[in-house]
Amino acid sequence: MRKIGLLVAGVAALGMALGQANVIKIATQSPLSGPQAALGEQIKLGAELAVEEAKAKFKALGFDLVLVPYDDQANPDVGVANANRIINDPDILGVVGHLNSGVAIPSSEVYARVNLVMVSPANTNPRVTDRRLPNVNRICGRDDVQGPVGAEYAFNNLKVKNVFIIHDKTAYGQGLAEEFRKRLEAMGGRAVAFVGTEETSNFVPIINQIRGARPVPELIYFGGIYSQIGPFVKQLRERGLKTRLMGGDGLDSSEFVRLAGAQNAAGTFYTTVAGPVSAFPKARAVAQRFKQRYGKDMEGFGIYAYDSAQVILTALEAAIKANGGRKPTREQVSQEVRKVKLEGLTGTIEFDDKGDNKKAKYFVMQVASTGNWADNKLIRVIEMAAPGSR
Amino acid sequence: MLEQILALLPQVIFDGFILGFVYAMVALGYTMVYGVLELINFAHSEIFMIGAVVGVEVFRYLAPHVDSGFLLLLLALVLGGAVAGVTAILVERFAYRPLRKRGTTNRLVPLITAIGVSFILQDLVRLVEGLWHNEFFLRMRTVEDLEGSVELFGGAIFAQTKSFILMGVSILMLLGLTYLVNRTKLGVAIRAVAQDLSTASLMGIDPDRIISRTFLIGGSLGGVAGVLFALQYTTITPYVGFLPGLKAFTAAVLGGIGNIPGAMLGGLVLGQLENFFGTYLPILTNGNFGTEYKDVVAFLILILILLLRPQGLLGQVVKEKV
Repeated sequence: MRKIGLLVAGVAALGMALGQANVIKIATQSPLSGPQAALGEQIKLGAELAVEEAKAKFKALGFDLVLVPYDDQANPDVGVANANRIINDPDILGVVGHLNSGVAIPSSEVYARVNLVMVSPANTNPRVTDRRLPNVNRICGRDDVQGPVGAEYAFNNLKVKNVFIIHDKTAYGQGLAEEFRKRLEAMGGRAVAFVGTEETSNFVPIINQIRGARPVPELIYFGGIYSQIGPFVKQLRERGLKTRLMGGDGLDSSEFVRLAGAQNAAGTFYTTVAGPVSAFPKARAVAQRFKQRYGKDMEGFGIYAYDSAQVILTALEAAIKANGGRKPTREQVSQEVRKVKLEGLTGTIEFDDKGDNKKAKYFVMQVASTGNWADNKLIRVIEMAAPGSR
Repeated sequence: MLEQILALLPQVIFDGFILGFVYAMVALGYTMVYGVLELINFAHSEIFMIGAVVGVEVFRYLAPHVDSGFLLLLLALVLGGAVAGVTAILVERFAYRPLRKRGTTNRLVPLITAIGVSFILQDLVRLVEGLWHNEFFLRMRTVEDLEGSVELFGGAIFAQTKSFILMGVSILMLLGLTYLVNRTKLGVAIRAVAQDLSTASLMGIDPDRIISRTFLIGGSLGGVAGVLFALQYTTITPYVGFLPGLKAFTAAVLGGIGNIPGAMLGGLVLGQLENFFGTYLPILTNGNFGTEYKDVVAFLILILILLLRPQGLLGQVVKEKV
């Protein structure tokens, strides 16, 4: 399957490699198949909606706007292979992606070779922008703020001192869990354990550890993705453990409730960098169009992908104007993106010298007991600049 | 520390049995096929996965129509075992038998074929489930009857109805298989083919039929194990068979490949080892080695056991056939 998919994409890319004068393409890269497809699809569809709505405007400027989705399968190797294909298509002037920091980091180095701009709706690992690549930007927050935001909420508001920390051993999950632990311990809390696991089905050994852990943990923090946390919390609750659970934006998907079961998932706290539709009054109309067009609800990453695409489109428009109505180069678009100041659905978007959003938003959420992801309770919104931002 | 270990021990041993019985049932499929064909049938982990997927689908579609959770599970076990068994026969018929008929003497050829079949089955299931439900993660539906829980020995062991069912069904299947192999005509025929295929055929046994039956039995056991696995651990993907399959294969080697009681023992030992170290490693090493090293330690111990007994726990040293 995978191989055939790659082959088809390869042949398609080959066909497009020639380049047309009046076609501008925007690529998305996110997992469209496999375990994390639910989140990846939001990124693709959010960007697609923005591009479709801008088609008429670009037609008036003399360009056909096209969105080309790529499936990175949440796999760094596939992401890099796609990135090479993307830079070989001269019509692609911007990339919206990725979902996973572990994929975004190596792929963005490929884009950097030709100065192709990437605007990320979802990558939270600090290293994504800390490498100071001129073409890499993100509109969402960072793990070195997200983790501490979670830790502070747990310590100050939930009055939790002893936390059992689990992570999935990826750049994202482990990084987030470490940031959480650092802040927790700095405030005087304690990590009862710090456990990594790649397990996807049998969480019994970890659950037994939690049962036997002394001092008794008052909270479990899981830095990982819903595909792991869902079955974990199901087994945890089935085994009668009622310890509260907190996670990061990796569990911000309705798939979490499906895998865990509504009653097991209810009450789970999570921090996210991509708030729900309810947190953004301006997103309501777009979310309705999204639902009409694709038959599913727009979730956090869909909104952020929509805004990421808006950033690229705004920069494109400016670059076309600056270029006297002719098709701009990738370099020009990349430079324009850093100059963008946009009132998006998610608020003001403006980049600092590293490519981080000057004021990113962080959300503390709690999973509702209704089983409907849109009902989740927004506990607080925190606006914060990236550490060391100028 | 010791206190902490002892307090959890009954629970850990109980959970180790759950995992161990799953491995044991899957290991039987490896060991039986190895017994008759001297083939490591790596596609067996996918037979296990198919059983699990069928179990999920039976629960998804029949749960609204069947009131009793136990009846539902029985249906799932029967169907899961049947589909998995038939798939195993088909794999043998279309992948391994043609190779045998061509007189391939290189043992690596069927082995590579098995690996290929394994990939095909994984992606086939992924394709089917993708088109059918657009799901990658299949979730076993929760049925209340099977979820009840009890605390035994004053809270030392937390156990669920489904855990007891898993152990009960496994023990029944293992006893049934032992009876079948030792006391029935088919069992005699299987053992005869395992001992010497060409001589067995001179004695009026149709080896192809017996091999086919062996695949059916091994496949059904794997399928039943898959359904029970899905019931216990609830989330299933098309790739879920790989690790349990690999470990069950290890269990079969540990017990002495080709040896049926050995596979059962090997499965139980491996399940215990894995669960024991999964739980206790961080405690024993003061947090320096986490749960993720459970397989490393479990397999280190296996290497030690095999160094001392290369033929496996219950295996016998056999002279090469002449």
